[in-house]
Amino acid sequence: MTTTTDRAVGQPIERLEGQDKVRGTARYAAEYPVGDELAYAWVAQSTVARGTLTGVTVDPLVEADDVIAVLWHGNAPRLSEADDPELAVFQSDEIRYRGQALALVVARTLEAARRAAGLLVVEIDEEPHDCVLRTDHPDLYTPDKVNPAFPSETASGDVDAAFESSPTTIDVTYRTPALHNNPMEPHATTALWDGDDLVLYDSNQHPPGIAAAVGTVFDLPPERVHVITEHVGGGFGSKGSARPNAVLAAMAARVTGRPVRLALPRQALFSMVGHRTPTIQRVRLAASSDGRLTAIDHEAVEHSSRLFEFAEQTVVATRHMYAAPNRRTGHRLVRLDMPTPRWMRAPGEAPGMVALECAMDELAVALRLDPIELRVRNEPSVEPESGVPFSSRHYVECLRRGAERFGWADRDPRPRQRREGDWWIGTGVAGATYPTMAQPSTARARRLSSGDYEVSIAATDLGTGARTILTQIAADALGVPLSQVRVRIGDSTLPKASVAGGSSGSASWGWAVTGACQALRSGDPSSDEAVFDSTELVQQQEKDGKHAFGAHFAEVRVDAVTGEVRVSRLFGMYAAGRILNPRTARSQFLGGMIMGMGMALHEESVLDPAMGVWVNHDLAEYHIPSHADIESIEAEWLDEQDDQINPMGSKGVGEIGIVGSPAAILNAIWHATGVRVRDLPARLDKILPHL
Amino acid sequence: MKTFTYRTATDVAQGLEPGATFLAGGTNLVDLMKLGVATPDVLVDVNRLGLGEVGDLPGGGLRIGAGVRNSDLAADPRVRRDYPVLSEALLAGASGQLRNMATTAGNLLQRTRCRYFMDATMPCNKRRPGSGCPAREGDHRNLAILGASPSCVATHPSDMAVALAALDAVVRISGPAGERTVPVTELHRLPGDTPDRDTVLEHGELITAVDVPSLGFAARSAYRKVRDRASYAFAVGSVAAAAQITDGTVTDVRLAFGAVAHKPWRAFAAEEALRGRPATRESFRAAADAELAAAEPLRDNAFKVPLIRNLVASVLEGLA
Ligand SMILES: Cc1cc2nc3c(=O)[nH]c(=O)nc-3n(C[C@H](O)[C@H](O)[C@H](O)COP(=O)(O)OP(=O)(O)OC[C@H]3O[C@@H](n4cnc5c(N)ncnc54)[C@H](O)[C@@H]3O)c2cc1C
Ligand code: SF4
Repeated sequence: MTTTTDRAVGQPIERLEGQDKVRGTARYAAEYPVGDELAYAWVAQSTVARGTLTGVTVDPLVEADDVIAVLWHGNAPRLSEADDPELAVFQSDEIRYRGQALALVVARTLEAARRAAGLLVVEIDEEPHDCVLRTDHPDLYTPDKVNPAFPSETASGDVDAAFESSPTTIDVTYRTPALHNNPMEPHATTALWDGDDLVLYDSNQHPPGIAAAVGTVFDLPPERVHVITEHVGGGFGSKGSARPNAVLAAMAARVTGRPVRLALPRQALFSMVGHRTPTIQRVRLAASSDGRLTAIDHEAVEHSSRLFEFAEQTVVATRHMYAAPNRRTGHRLVRLDMPTPRWMRAPGEAPGMVALECAMDELAVALRLDPIELRVRNEPSVEPESGVPFSSRHYVECLRRGAERFGWADRDPRPRQRREGDWWIGTGVAGATYPTMAQPSTARARRLSSGDYEVSIAATDLGTGARTILTQIAADALGVPLSQVRVRIGDSTLPKASVAGGSSGSASWGWAVTGACQALRSGDPSSDEAVFDSTELVQQQEKDGKHAFGAHFAEVRVDAVTGEVRVSRLFGMYAAGRILNPRTARSQFLGGMIMGMGMALHEESVLDPAMGVWVNHDLAEYHIPSHADIESIEAEWLDEQDDQINPMGSKGVGEIGIVGSPAAILNAIWHATGVRVRDLPARLDKILPHL
Repeated sequence: MKTFTYRTATDVAQGLEPGATFLAGGTNLVDLMKLGVATPDVLVDVNRLGLGEVGDLPGGGLRIGAGVRNSDLAADPRVRRDYPVLSEALLAGASGQLRNMATTAGNLLQRTRCRYFMDATMPCNKRRPGSGCPAREGDHRNLAILGASPSCVATHPSDMAVALAALDAVVRISGPAGERTVPVTELHRLPGDTPDRDTVLEHGELITAVDVPSLGFAARSAYRKVRDRASYAFAVGSVAAAAQITDGTVTDVRLAFGAVAHKPWRAFAAEEALRGRPATRESFRAAADAELAAAEPLRDNAFKVPLIRNLVASVLEGLA
């Protein structure tokens, strides 16, 4: 065995498939050649938010026109029950939201499928619908748990008494709108049946999970469903579980006996694949005159669909952030005639930390205390709710070091003090946190006859660099140069991997890869293969007290003439364990911060309550930051050691960038102008009237 | 997408086919066809009509061919020198890629971005007359504050058209009944009871050019666009202005507003209120108010009134 002294982990290795992507040779789910028999599918979606589907008729003109089949509730094959009711496509005549799939046209060409879908005559008994989230909704309830399995409510001490007796209190309500993940590559599946086995080229974040879920509805064991996911053009959570497109394509392929391709159009991503719930959050903070929190009370009101209880864990981050003797957190949910919300980058933390970190800023102002100092004074020594020690926590260091790097020291705390020409200028800070998780996974390492190594795991690379990082981890664990390792991922038939979600991919898969490579290296030299399953080790691990932390700093300028906001500088300082690849990690941090900027200033799915639909359902109207919105943006990190989390000592980096960065921008807007925007996004019409 | 026939015309006469829909850069029309909003039977490609030149008018001014690409027009040295407002407006629109395709006529005739209009599953009086206007009660944050009607509150989204309206530009039209000209300010209609008609063009009429007359003081002109992000977004309010200021007095002025009405809104009342007044912030704001007195904002777009007032003052101060 060759050995190297240079470790690959920690090096800024370029993404291994980067050149293929630039050249256009990397294949995505809707690009696999599967023969001339390929048929194309187009979904006809509901145009009402609630009702009963009574009939679908196919215009006779259409039937001649290259159309192979039209599937709907009246003729679709029966499926077995799925855990996720969104996958029970065409199994019921009930319409639960506008945009629900009502029929699928399969045709020889994409154009014919699309045209026929537009000409279908769909008969619906429409019923009145209710799509509006409000704090006085009579159907609000407290869910049993919030995602994935946190208690919905927690309480300790006497919050009300603390509010009575504390000299400084804050009671504010923040609203975040519904948001849509909008990965670059829309959800797509190419499905074909090979005898009784199903093959799916599918864009997702979890091939084994897709195989299991789609297998369930077609009564197939997961090993009979082969999911191929070599490259994915982003997901941001919306591809974490099987989406209706996979089931629809598989159903159509079975009925027609042909391979079928279904690529959802952008507009359908606004209803069929998930979104981030809107939230209405009330935060109450009480503090003693020396700036120590005496009480924290944070409640979120959010929605889910009629189909499925998806309870975003909006307030969970608040349970870990600051010390306070009296605490209360809770979630209230209402089921509306809306599509089912799903995971979206930092579900829970992203919206929850908007409210908490803006409220902390408001408290700092009320206390006449520097907002960094307020946070430092309330730094807990152990988990505030459970008392479990932190495996590592360098939040204060992130704030302090970040303040130095950003240039915070001479900041005038008063708002509306700096003006350059028409611009009001201000700065803001906010904390960031994200749980450090690992999930059971299995990997296999093989010594090839060439002397090289092949390492396999059914992971996916959403464009984050996962394939590259696993190669680095494997090379070090094997003690060989990178060039001798080939990592195979993106295939459900490989050893079982956990989902690319919760910023846990590198930790979970890396753990299994490390185990397999070490086993091969130290095992019986006559054996060319080793398999490692991390389940037991992962399950034994203490889950509490493990988080990454960070601090975000923003400088904004607000045009006094128009109310337009520009972010002159955005800076993130993170403590996220060992950084496995600074190039790809930096890109994740920056991407999260940019998405945070979008959350603060641009992104909003605009609901028309009467129509029951988000009306800005394309990327011309649903705004994300453009290049011109990004001026100076930087991410740095501390050298954090943590040997209690996983063999690499790494924490997730994919999501923390969106946590707190919106609050830093909103706090900077206040500092620039004196205007507190508590209803996101902070567009000019919410600022201009107060300037 | 509905099946259609496609042909290319190589001269204007050939292009004038009854019932034809003209395809220029296609950046708006093709999108709308894909969405099922536009459903033409016959597409006539007008990209090879030889209308791609910017020429000098005999008495000064420019004749801009209908097929001149937005990027070319923005970069034309004569435009940049004599009509900076036009160049700035063009460059504020869309993206580099889109401007490379978009044409003068196509830009003028682009349709509203009202979100109900763009979604064929929704009611919309403009797309389906008589079906209703959900925008009035629904999403109208970026719709009209001036000149709207109970049947439609849409805005015309073009930036370029606002500059052309300010510059007294004239549209040259060829049709089955011959040639005619229409000032840009009269090309687009107000919605009234027939919002399905955006303009005064008759079916089959082809725009061949836009004439921009000479206007000496337009060398001091500017366009300011406000949008929801730094680039690549339609205006939520914009102002095109050219001003002649002598000894601190406004002797002549052109003003037009974008994203406030069903047409690029030439602010004649504001111009009238300004002529002969001192070039001060107070008179600029008073002039804006003279125009905005007629505004009838909806629930969510009242911010456009102070926005336009501020913009007028700021842009004119910049020119003074
Ligand atoms: C994402 C996006 C963002 C955009 N942002 C902006 C923006 O910020 N500001 C802005 O101003 N615009 C913006 N646009 C719109 C863009 O400017 C227009 O799409 C473009 O100007 C249309 O020109 P075209 O040549 O492509 O027209 P086409 O799409 O080819 O045609 C548009 C219409 O004009 C008709 N037509 C074309 N030529 C003639 C002719 N000679 N005679 C008669 N009729 C004719 C066509 O029949 C059609 O009805 C944006 C567009 C997109 C897609
Ligand atoms: S404002 Fe006009 S374009 Fe928009 S929905 Fe109403 S009628 Fe249609």
